Amino acid sequence: MDTLLVYAYQVAFSFSIFILISLGLAVIFGMMRVINLAQGEFIMLGAYACVVCTAFGLPLWLAVPAAGLIVGLIGIAVERTVIRFLYGRVLDTLLATWGLSLLLVGLVTTLAGPQSQSVPADLGGVSLGGLQVPAYGLVMIGSALAMLVGTYALWRFTNLGLIVRGTMQNPEMARALGTNTSMIYMLTFGFGSALTGLAGALLVPLFGASPTMGLFYIAKAFIAVISGGPWPLLGTLSASGLYGSIDGIVSFAFSSVLGEIAVLLVAILMLRLLPQGITGRLRKGL
Amino acid sequence: MGWLFSDFRRPAGERPGPVWWSFVVVATAVLLSLPLTLDLAQLLDLSVVFVLALLALSMSFLWGYVGILSFGQTAFFGLGGYVYAVAAMNWGDTTLPFLLGIAIPLAFAALLGVFMVYGKISDIYFSVMTLVITLILNRAMRATSGDQYVIGDVRLNGQNGIPGVPPLQVPWDSSVTLFIDHVYYLSVVLAVLVYVGLRLLLTTPFGRILVGIRENERRIELLGYDARRYKFAAFALSGGIAGLSGTMFAIWGNFVAPEMFGLGQAAEVIIWVIVGGKSTLIGPIVGTGVIQYLTSWLGTQGVGQVTLVLGAILIVFVLLFKDGLVPTLGAAIARVFAGRRESGGGGQ
Repeated sequence: MDTLLVYAYQVAFSFSIFILISLGLAVIFGMMRVINLAQGEFIMLGAYACVVCTAFGLPLWLAVPAAGLIVGLIGIAVERTVIRFLYGRVLDTLLATWGLSLLLVGLVTTLAGPQSQSVPADLGGVSLGGLQVPAYGLVMIGSALAMLVGTYALWRFTNLGLIVRGTMQNPEMARALGTNTSMIYMLTFGFGSALTGLAGALLVPLFGASPTMGLFYIAKAFIAVISGGPWPLLGTLSASGLYGSIDGIVSFAFSSVLGEIAVLLVAILMLRLLPQGITGRLRKGL
Repeated sequence: MGWLFSDFRRPAGERPGPVWWSFVVVATAVLLSLPLTLDLAQLLDLSVVFVLALLALSMSFLWGYVGILSFGQTAFFGLGGYVYAVAAMNWGDTTLPFLLGIAIPLAFAALLGVFMVYGKISDIYFSVMTLVITLILNRAMRATSGDQYVIGDVRLNGQNGIPGVPPLQVPWDSSVTLFIDHVYYLSVVLAVLVYVGLRLLLTTPFGRILVGIRENERRIELLGYDARRYKFAAFALSGGIAGLSGTMFAIWGNFVAPEMFGLGQAAEVIIWVIVGGKSTLIGPIVGTGVIQYLTSWLGTQGVGQVTLVLGAILIVFVLLFKDGLVPTLGAAIARVFAGRRESGGGGQ
């Protein structure tokens, strides 16, 4: 029973990491079809923003949203200077954002040095069926769910969400109806970046911040969003659930590297069996 | 003077003319006589350009002529290096390991091709999935630092890589090993052979169909060709070439490390090809040389700046010079000589 609980915690934890790192990509790639290879570096920027904010004396629970805001603004700047010119040119977007990713890694290495930095989150442990699990892990699981539900609610139930979804579905029609689609693209990209920055900031107490940390997340994020299929949020959720479980169980039973390899193998198999993604057979939706 | 360039501006399907052939012969002769004037350190720097040019060629063939951008080239490159290293260190002999360094990446590419080409995933997912595979291989190789990760007698050593990879021996006499200048000759010859081979391959019916797939895959299928078979074959072939490059890299440096699979390596290949111009086969070779010398110069300037500059170069070329150096310069020169009579797009 206790082992089962620990497994459940481990799965939920892996699941929440998958959700955190792929939610921003689900918006930017899943909804906007912009392949952003600098996504991992946005996570890194979020982490560094969090480190800097706490260094200025902000408590962690304030530094995390502040980091999200900062990365959101950076995302808007990137959209205006690079991405804007590349809509519809998928491959060029991929290459330019890769250039951006290298540029950001180089920039942060030059400014902050190559060493890893961290922010402590001393929340202690919580007893779960006689076993201690770190309380911060539960905070992460909660935040991941809150961000997912919040994003879903924003797109599904608000007027802005309606306009955004309409713009992504048919930009010409949206423009004909008087929407400033350029602005909507900018805001959506900024929102996706902000989610990514939040994720990076939330990960800092556990994994620290280093210039090349983006590398560790980018593969997982793309796997989750691609296998998710055309429904950005539901697809990402189900793919994160699947890969989170595999990663959690294999990592706990063997090693975290085997967990990652297992995830990759399943992802390739999934692509072969369900090339349209998990939600490929469903009618298009969120 | 315009006729001088017309040979380079032919479409890929046409047979190259005498000017191109004389260019190949002259360039090869010049390159092979360089050891007379260069010292060993310079030769070593130049060898790696041609070793890596093989990798760039494998990518530009697939990307520029078949229209598939595969980041997996880096994976095949690393795999080739590791296969050669492990096999040569276990067996002592190097001929079979050299061949395996080509064959195993080729087989791995074929295996991936079965899943991805025959799975009919779209081009962009193909790019992303090959990138993911490269990353995972890199991470897996990094994690092999313990004593338990041994193939035969060779420890994989994780992040530190495998030092002391044996130099290549002459196949008929294992007591003779290749020295720095021999490795240079071999890499020049291999680069020229692969360049000429790919150029001629593109003039065959097989090559023309590949270019047709790039232009319009649906139309090729409607004409009755199974596009998947051709893409699969091209992918496997380019995997083999990338493996050859990795094998030569291991021989060149006597060393393999997980960085061969890394994102940095993958990015550099893309940058060579983009900067040189992917619509040509000669461009990537030029791009490899330019960027390779640029990075080694930058490397002496400080930490972090290499990736910064490479990233900026990539963004600038994608946004402003999509065709790359060689086609852009070629078109400009041809325009000057042709007296602005006519100007086409990129050259061949």
